[in-house]
Amino acid sequence: MDHRLPPQPVTDLIVCPHCDAAYRLQRPTHGERAVCVRCHTVLISPRAKAGLQIIAVSIAIVVLVIAATVFPFLTIKAAGNTNSVSILDAALAFSDGPLIALALSTAALIIFIPLLRVLLALYVLIPVVLDRMPAKGARQAFRLAEALRPWSMAEIFAIGCAVALIKLTDLADVTFGPAFWIFAILVVLVVAQDRFMCRWTVWKSLDGLRK
Amino acid sequence: MSVAQDIPHVTTAREMGVVGCLRCTQVWPVGTETCGRCGKALVSRDRKSLQRVWAWWIVGFLCYIPANMYPMLQTRTLFQVQQDTIVGGAIELMTHDAVGIALIILFASVVIPLGKFFAVAYLAISVKRRNSASFQQRQMLYEVVEYIGRWSMIDIFVVAIMSSLVQLNTLASINPGPASLFFALSVIFTMLSAQSFDSRMIWDVQSDAAGED
Ligand SMILES: [Zn+2]
Ligand SMILES: [Zn+2]
Repeated sequence: MDHRLPPQPVTDLIVCPHCDAAYRLQRPTHGERAVCVRCHTVLISPRAKAGLQIIAVSIAIVVLVIAATVFPFLTIKAAGNTNSVSILDAALAFSDGPLIALALSTAALIIFIPLLRVLLALYVLIPVVLDRMPAKGARQAFRLAEALRPWSMAEIFAIGCAVALIKLTDLADVTFGPAFWIFAILVVLVVAQDRFMCRWTVWKSLDGLRK
Repeated sequence: MSVAQDIPHVTTAREMGVVGCLRCTQVWPVGTETCGRCGKALVSRDRKSLQRVWAWWIVGFLCYIPANMYPMLQTRTLFQVQQDTIVGGAIELMTHDAVGIALIILFASVVIPLGKFFAVAYLAISVKRRNSASFQQRQMLYEVVEYIGRWSMIDIFVVAIMSSLVQLNTLASINPGPASLFFALSVIFTMLSAQSFDSRMIWDVQSDAAGED
């Protein structure tokens, strides 16, 4: 007997990752949600056409991120002096000495990680939606996208802008550039993209691929 | 147990001899080492998780101390150069009648970080004891900590925006101080601390208590 036979997954159960409650698996229909009765964690929340919606939103995000980084973001005017900055300038504000590490991580948190997550989601979901075999390395890609989830901080940066503006109002005149409005739309889309996605369904759809 | 009365009793995966993957929720028989779907290591209860929680907690706390001692912002105007710590800056704002903003800053940079340290420590201690504090409340506390932890980063972003924006030649300039680095590290380490916590342990006392009945 080959004792190294790979263990078989238990497919008729679902376990709540937060409290370890086990349930008989019943796939909810579109629009319904399976929620843990003990800790109220949402376990499955499939939506009709979610795949297509996520792909559409993701493509919009990629375009907007590029636009938001290039255009000026905020402009300050005080006593004849003017200074315009882009989001990249803001991220790279910490550029002297040891603060350079902070500059790079700020840029990552507000631009590169959100962008990377969206690109990974596209890579994973496009073949699934088209009913093809999952892309090569799709599981690793989705794993990375999920691991990066808490580190995607575009929406926090947006609120940070508001606080900075309030702090600066006595000091100078601050006006919004086009990138500010692009960024505002972007934040809504990033949150929406995250909400539409049912992790359980995505992992399930990657089951077709065996390593 | 009185507290457990209104919580529906469920069968846990551990009682059924299976283990659920924390990343992709695929279920495996107990003893399976890694998830065949996503590759994550499978453990029914991550006993070592508390060590990691405390390790990150301590590093995070050590970074929070210099974050409050060094200046966060250096403001140079025509007449003066001013260096503000987090709390100093908030007090300064209060004296300039900007009490609202001062409170927002104190809340984001002092109340939330300190609250997070207390909450994570409380959760880590509570799973070791057979304490009867409500499971649902503790689970909620854990979720709040996980959700709100990231938001402390707002202070770093405010510093970044202000110091890139306010570069007005001789008139005024704002530059980040060393506290910004320590503060950012502290936020990152406390996020890692909260992520290391295995929240399934919160519920074990309920399952254990019910099992003894
Ligand atoms: Zn649960
Ligand atoms: Zn897994």
